Amino acid sequence: MDIRPEKTAIEVHNLTASYNRKPVLWDIDFSLPQGQLIGIVGPNGSGKTTLLRNMMGLMKPDSGYVNMFGKKLDEVRERVSYVPQRETVDWDFPANVMDVVMMGRYRKSNLFKRLTKKDKDIATEALEKVNMLPYANRQISQLSGGQQQRVFIARSLAQQADLYLMDEPFVGVDAATEESILTLLSEMKKEGKTVVIVHHDLQTAYEYFDWIVLLNTRLVASGPKQEVFETELLQEAYGGRLTVLSRIGDLMAKKDFPMRESEFKEKEGPGDEGAS
Amino acid sequence: MKELLEFLSFSNPNVRVVTFGTMFIGMSAAMVGSFAFLRKRSLIGDAIAHAILPGIAISFMVTQSKSPYILMFGALISGWAAMLLIEAITKHSKLKPDTAIGLVLSVFFGVGILLLTHIQHSGAGNQAGLDQFLFGKAASMTKDDLVAYSVVASILLATVFLLFKEFKLMSFNAEFAQISGLPVKSLQFVLSSITVLAIATGIQAVGVVLMAALIITPAAAARSWTENLVKMLFIAGFAGMLSGFVGSYISFTAPNMPTGPWIVMSLSAIAVISLVFAPKRGLWSKMKRQRENREKILTENILKAIYHLSERRAADFPVIDEEDLQEIRQFNSDELKKGLRLLKKRFLILRQAEGFRLSEEGLTEAKRVVRLHRLWEMYLTQRMRLKADHIHPNAETIEHIISPEIEEELLRELGYPDKDPHESPIPYK
Repeated sequence: MDIRPEKTAIEVHNLTASYNRKPVLWDIDFSLPQGQLIGIVGPNGSGKTTLLRNMMGLMKPDSGYVNMFGKKLDEVRERVSYVPQRETVDWDFPANVMDVVMMGRYRKSNLFKRLTKKDKDIATEALEKVNMLPYANRQISQLSGGQQQRVFIARSLAQQADLYLMDEPFVGVDAATEESILTLLSEMKKEGKTVVIVHHDLQTAYEYFDWIVLLNTRLVASGPKQEVFETELLQEAYGGRLTVLSRIGDLMAKKDFPMRESEFKEKEGPGDEGAS
Repeated sequence: MKELLEFLSFSNPNVRVVTFGTMFIGMSAAMVGSFAFLRKRSLIGDAIAHAILPGIAISFMVTQSKSPYILMFGALISGWAAMLLIEAITKHSKLKPDTAIGLVLSVFFGVGILLLTHIQHSGAGNQAGLDQFLFGKAASMTKDDLVAYSVVASILLATVFLLFKEFKLMSFNAEFAQISGLPVKSLQFVLSSITVLAIATGIQAVGVVLMAALIITPAAAARSWTENLVKMLFIAGFAGMLSGFVGSYISFTAPNMPTGPWIVMSLSAIAVISLVFAPKRGLWSKMKRQRENREKILTENILKAIYHLSERRAADFPVIDEEDLQEIRQFNSDELKKGLRLLKKRFLILRQAEGFRLSEEGLTEAKRVVRLHRLWEMYLTQRMRLKADHIHPNAETIEHIISPEIEEELLRELGYPDKDPHESPIPYK
């Protein structure tokens, strides 16, 4: 099932990607609506993070492309923000919470320059939104996992984007953090922001999101949650791999085989008509 | 003393050049090296230092000049080539970074040695001094060299100053810099270039082999003193300068002592002192914390034993001696004496004619420990569903770490119980 939204925030077109030469995403094709909370859901190893990293241009797809608001990412960089998994950095870094949140204000336009008072105000407000203001001067090496997560989200908020992509923000966090993220998400939705969240827990997915993308190395479904949450589709996503598909993948990795012949790469596209 | 004054007066122009030269080098290498350290690229500094050798040899062979600028240019190019090669090998082969670094380091260094040997045997008149790049030639530094070093040091410091926040982000989370739309490739290029430049100047003082120390050691030392990146850069820079100063001084006063190795020796001394004695992150304070923990556990165990005795005798302040305590719990007798001494010092127990007894505060404290033990046992059985005969060892440790806030929460969650799972009463204040 692949339901197309009216106003598109992200269009993923025929995306094929591999990780360490092994194919992990096969011809993923879907569009996500604006102004909703969207979950990318699937079991471990289903390629969720790879998909997100391809969307953010941190990995190059073997074929296909991603458009944001009908344009290429580079043209709308400042409207898009990203919250990586917190394990991707070393938290034993000489910086405090405010330093990290201020990083959300670094732009091409303030290269070589000091940040302004206004930047500081924005960062302060972002910290307040995740209930971390009392920790502004705390060393980041002293934070708990949930607090680290909230600092990363605050840094992202400080970017003042329209579209946010978050990689597993609910993993390993305490109840207070979960609560504060959920409150924040509903506020963001009210402000018309689009939030895309990679999430592995089926139990909570239905509760948290409006729109769900079911992924298991291929697209199983994309649409409003009521329509995606069907036993058959869920079983398809969580009921194990397609054996032939994963054997082909193994073989391709072993033979160092290209994912696409060069004339079928479709690296760029026009983008959705009617998107803002 | 006379020597120190003579040294400090800088009346000897040679001393002046060498000292300031090595101080500049030490400082700029340390500040640039701090970013390599934070980006976990420490070994790359070593590889680049070795890889610079063929660049120096080739630029001499081509130009027949020993001008520091020309040699540095050659050094820059071969240092860069080595860095790109390491990246390319890591990316396109199955080799891991450490292998790639080792390969590039030894191949470039080997070629460099070959070329230097060739130059020495070719009989070119002015080749003398080139081989000193191996171990450094600080003592023969000239005024031109000094000018060149200070120019380079200024370039490096200005770059770090202007791009400080970008370098900080690149070191903490490079991918975030990329998604923020920062020109990551150019920034990486600049950061790598200043690293190569710092190394290329540094090897003239301490040589290829010891250069890695100038890049990494000051940063490692500085990191243990502070949690603030700006302070860390300053401390590292200061350590670099100090080592240049000390190294020059020793080679000035002690006959036939080389400057480079002494710079590295004094740097290492600074690093060792930092790693051991720095507050919080140092080894010493870690040991102190552990000792405090041991003492807390010991004294609280004694208090608890005394409380058990008073429970048994149904009296609040029974007079007891060491033997009574040994009956309750097998203490090591030296440890027990030490614990009693600590408790007496805090007036938690008071000496009596025959033995000692708890003071008022001592009883409160003893009750607190017993309460925490029994509360925690309740928590383990009720919340974690552990069997009553399995919970004691766990509670023995945890009772010492529960903070007043957690105690408050435990009490609320368990509903102020009267008895623990073994039916012993839980003492309240």
